[in-house]
Amino acid sequence: MEKIKVEICCGTACYLLGAEKLMNIEDMLPEECRGKVEIEARTCLDLCERENLGGAPYVRFNGSEIMDRATPERVISRILELVEGIG
Amino acid sequence: MVNGSTYLRRELLIRLVRAFDAGDLRREIDRIPVKLRPKDADASRCCVYHDRAVIKYRLMALLGVSAEEETDEAKTLSEYLDEILNGGSRAEESGEAFERRVAPLSVCGPACSGCPDARVVSTSNCRGCFARPCVYSCPKNAIAVTGGRSAIDSSKCIKCGKCISACPYNAIVKTTVPCEEACPVNAIRKNERGVAEIDFAKCIFCGKCFMACPFGAVMERSQIVGVLSAMKRGEKLVAMIAPAADRQFPGTMEQLMAACVAAGFADVVEVALGAEKTTAHETAEFLERMEGEEKKFMTTSCCPAYVNLIGKHLKELVEHVSLTPSPMVYAHEMVREADPAAKTVFIGPCIAKRSEARRKGIDFVLSFEELGAILAGRKIDVMACAPHPVPRPAAATARNFARSCGVTEAVLAEATKKIPGFQLAAKQIDGIDRKTPAMLKLYAAGKLPANFLEVMACKGGCVNGPCSLA
Repeated sequence: MEKIKVEICCGTACYLLGAEKLMNIEDMLPEECRGKVEIEARTCLDLCERENLGGAPYVRFNGSEIMDRATPERVISRILELVEGIG
Repeated sequence: MVNGSTYLRRELLIRLVRAFDAGDLRREIDRIPVKLRPKDADASRCCVYHDRAVIKYRLMALLGVSAEEETDEAKTLSEYLDEILNGGSRAEESGEAFERRVAPLSVCGPACSGCPDARVVSTSNCRGCFARPCVYSCPKNAIAVTGGRSAIDSSKCIKCGKCISACPYNAIVKTTVPCEEACPVNAIRKNERGVAEIDFAKCIFCGKCFMACPFGAVMERSQIVGVLSAMKRGEKLVAMIAPAADRQFPGTMEQLMAACVAAGFADVVEVALGAEKTTAHETAEFLERMEGEEKKFMTTSCCPAYVNLIGKHLKELVEHVSLTPSPMVYAHEMVREADPAAKTVFIGPCIAKRSEARRKGIDFVLSFEELGAILAGRKIDVMACAPHPVPRPAAATARNFARSCGVTEAVLAEATKKIPGFQLAAKQIDGIDRKTPAMLKLYAAGKLPANFLEVMACKGGCVNGPCSLA
């Protein structure tokens, strides 16, 4: 099975607006999920400019699905859904 | 820590930098409140119009104008901006009005919720039980059960909280006024209209109310527009990065320094280099002061909120305060020595530093948030920067000044170098609160069980300052 790709924007805007808390998401995932997910900290994904600054911090799933106002709780919950093949 | 009010403050800062760089700030600034809260948006307060009014005051604070200074409510943000960019009528003066005008903190009246006075109340969770532990636990006989529910007589209640812990139903709660509770010196109080007001004669600018207010009503007066304009005019600005910057941004100290240069600073120095000088001088001063038989002590001078606390409230401690300049002042002197025309910009997590900087001739102070906004606005990622070449990194003991016990450890290490086996009787106050002034009075009266007293206004040290990011 292909791994689920999670890109966390660590550009300075996202970082100031809350991405700092997303840095150690990997450690918060349940043990059995960790092998199925590839989490990457990225430099600015440019979403704060293209979408809306007020949506930062941004996280991108599998290269296309964008989550705005990302929090550790929401990102983890979405990862679990993707792992289980929901949505 | 990001929450609703830090989020808004940082978003506004980034928008301000972006508009400034686009050459569009004058047109944009009056539109930001509307753009952020268009008429059909969800309001954070009663309605979008109230939100917009508060955002306007926040933008005023970012322009460096406090809500207290407002004389014409209809004056637009672009008018304020014009005044600032044209140098305005900001001649140096003195006196109470001047102190208010240069105070780094300000209260936004329309944002203040006017929290009801602190009291202990019994809620509808009360079951009117038979045992009535609340009644029995009260030392003042302030609780009676009437109509099947406990009621607290606020004229007798001393808010000791014994009933709160006694109730098995969690039915009794204490309401608080967060800003008043946080202030160590009773400088913030509600005025006759029920709106919080800072008494600037008492305020030590520790920033505790700024952190505590859940409505974000306490604002910091920014100098960011001054820095951006000076940069644009091509002035030589030298960033002086406080040691607390370590781990505030992703990446290393050297990468952060490189990011500052990329953002438009002519040069950048670590304030920790100044801390090395503070260590050497403070140790020498300490050893000199301790000569003789008399029981003496010395206390640190690098935390500006603590220095303000002594200056405004604890005159009896003045003679014990180290006369050694702070790391910021030494760093400023080093920069000016190398180039007398350079303008210095201290970058740190501290609000009180703004008052020290003004007294000591440092040109500007930015917070980590404001630096972050400049980096974000200019699309600079610290992690992506190649490390700034530094002649040498500052000593680890100097970089450690930003943590509680850091100064003590640095002085001890330095003294041990001079006098092998040197013993330091040190005591630390790690974060000040409402009880601290009384304790310090006792220390001044000879009750300090030590000869070296380190005080940091923020718990854990500068790394947890009111404008820290991480």
